[in-house]
Amino acid sequence: MYAYIIRRLLATLPVMAVVGIAVFLLLHLTPGDPAVVIAGDYARPEDIEKIRESLGLNKPLYVQFFSWAGAVLSGDLGTSIFSNLPVSRLIEQRLEPTLALATATIIFAILVAVPMGVIAAWKAGTLTDRTIMVFAVLGFSVPVFVIGYAMMWLFSITLGWFPVQGYKPIGDGFLPFLRSITLPTVALGIIYVALIARITRASMLEVLTEDYMRTARAKGLDNNALLIRHALRNASVPIVTIIGIGIALLIGGVVVTESVFNIPGLGRLTIDAVLRRDYPIIQGVILIFSGAYVLVNLAIDLSYTVLDPRIRY
Amino acid sequence: MADVPDTAVAVDDLEDIDRPADARSRFKDYWRRHPTVVVGAGLLLAMAVIALAAPWIAPDPLRLNPINRLKPPGEAFWFGADFLGRDVYARTVYGGQISLLVGFAVAAIATVVGLSIGLVAGYVRWIDAIVMRIMDGLMAIPGVLLAIALISLAGASITNVIIAISIPEIPRVVRLVRAVVLTVREQPYVEAAVSVGTRLPKILVKHILPNTLAPLIVQATYVCASAVVIEAILSFLGAGTPPEIPSWGNIMAEGRTYFQFAPWMIFFPGIFLAITVLAVNILGDGLRDSLDPRIARRM
Repeated sequence: MYAYIIRRLLATLPVMAVVGIAVFLLLHLTPGDPAVVIAGDYARPEDIEKIRESLGLNKPLYVQFFSWAGAVLSGDLGTSIFSNLPVSRLIEQRLEPTLALATATIIFAILVAVPMGVIAAWKAGTLTDRTIMVFAVLGFSVPVFVIGYAMMWLFSITLGWFPVQGYKPIGDGFLPFLRSITLPTVALGIIYVALIARITRASMLEVLTEDYMRTARAKGLDNNALLIRHALRNASVPIVTIIGIGIALLIGGVVVTESVFNIPGLGRLTIDAVLRRDYPIIQGVILIFSGAYVLVNLAIDLSYTVLDPRIRY
Repeated sequence: MADVPDTAVAVDDLEDIDRPADARSRFKDYWRRHPTVVVGAGLLLAMAVIALAAPWIAPDPLRLNPINRLKPPGEAFWFGADFLGRDVYARTVYGGQISLLVGFAVAAIATVVGLSIGLVAGYVRWIDAIVMRIMDGLMAIPGVLLAIALISLAGASITNVIIAISIPEIPRVVRLVRAVVLTVREQPYVEAAVSVGTRLPKILVKHILPNTLAPLIVQATYVCASAVVIEAILSFLGAGTPPEIPSWGNIMAEGRTYFQFAPWMIFFPGIFLAITVLAVNILGDGLRDSLDPRIARRM
């Protein structure tokens, strides 16, 4: 098992290396002189020269890459062109809202989706099952900003239950924080709920036909113990896997949700950077998000050893 | 979506034998077996017809009409007017052209490129090791962010939007095709083809490619749905289709400021967007069950 853990840890290295190379090359593969692209339409020649100088764009490509990669590995993500502040500090300032929203969404999605999937599988073929699955297809199809605006219109503007937009940090009190984050969490979570519920149902259906389920039922176990301890436990590997894969979906959704609800997180930072062509920020945010995705999926791969001791590596 | 047991299909096939084969009853039979395919395809077709017929069924989407700015939906403006007095109905109908164009183009590009890479990677071992590491890395980068970065560098145009959305979708297709190739390459008929000296390109195209088509078609519909959503997201965020072109994302982006008192600028394009994505997704689910119930487990 330890050999597996070490192998799995090492396997993240090439992935992150490819991410790093891709993020670095992005700027160089796009048509045109990167310095001109970053400087924008109204730049003077000396501005362009200054940018070329500060980013080291006049050195050979491989020198640029290694000095950039070395800096990134020591935690230096470069300097914002617009504000002249270190990118790592800008990211740090915006981390809390994004982290809060993402964590709340994952918790919300799991708490809603897994019971939905279990019930749908248990009642397979009935009206309950059909209703849940129709919701899953709908939830997977309605984009997050459409749900976001619909909920904002109903719950904030018409009913006045929640603030229309904005974010209250946890430091300002838990209740205002919760009120500010409820609608974004639900809006962002619905697609995730749909995804997890579908996989939970499919995975449970497969397990429910196993012989040991019949044995467990025959020995008179009550339904809850049967469904949760025997079925869900054995169905958990695909469910946990899809939670990890869905993180990619979640990250894309976070950027949009922050825009809809005016939350000052990493997504807003990215969009502002795009509008100002502040390329070091875009690079930094992509690296952070990709790193988070790789780490979460690493944790999930490692969790298989606990969830399913039958798996031999 | 619902797992159809293999036996049920077999029974249906038996019933087919003594069924009159005229077109109408064949359609009714297909409708009974795969209602989701018919509903999905029908909705998508309706959207395509509306989008293509835009010049005949809608007024000029760009005509300014300042007297009517922010006019609520009514007889003159079915979906209301925007902040410049432009007809939201006309803009929404025209917006369908962009979404469908991007959806189909991305599905086509990602499928063809992904298929070519996946075929070779699945069959040639040393290429496989390198290509799959690159694909793993690309998949770790969130697609929306990668597309945003590409467009912010390459500039906003519909061509760039299509390319920027295709790139993050390609690894998903490669993975699927490679997985199929890995199982098919061990089949006796491939071994037979190799042993009689068939050349590699012919083996790939004639013996392996046909096996990938069914899952590939299903995957293409999901890529199409995802591309339609991402185009709307990019335009909504201001990093997609140029703002002067009415696409659903752009109409919604313009409506953000006025949302509290003129929500129609966001709701109507949003509803069209949701229906289109829903149609493509239902079609994909239906095709998956209809083409091969076994691939349902692989997706």
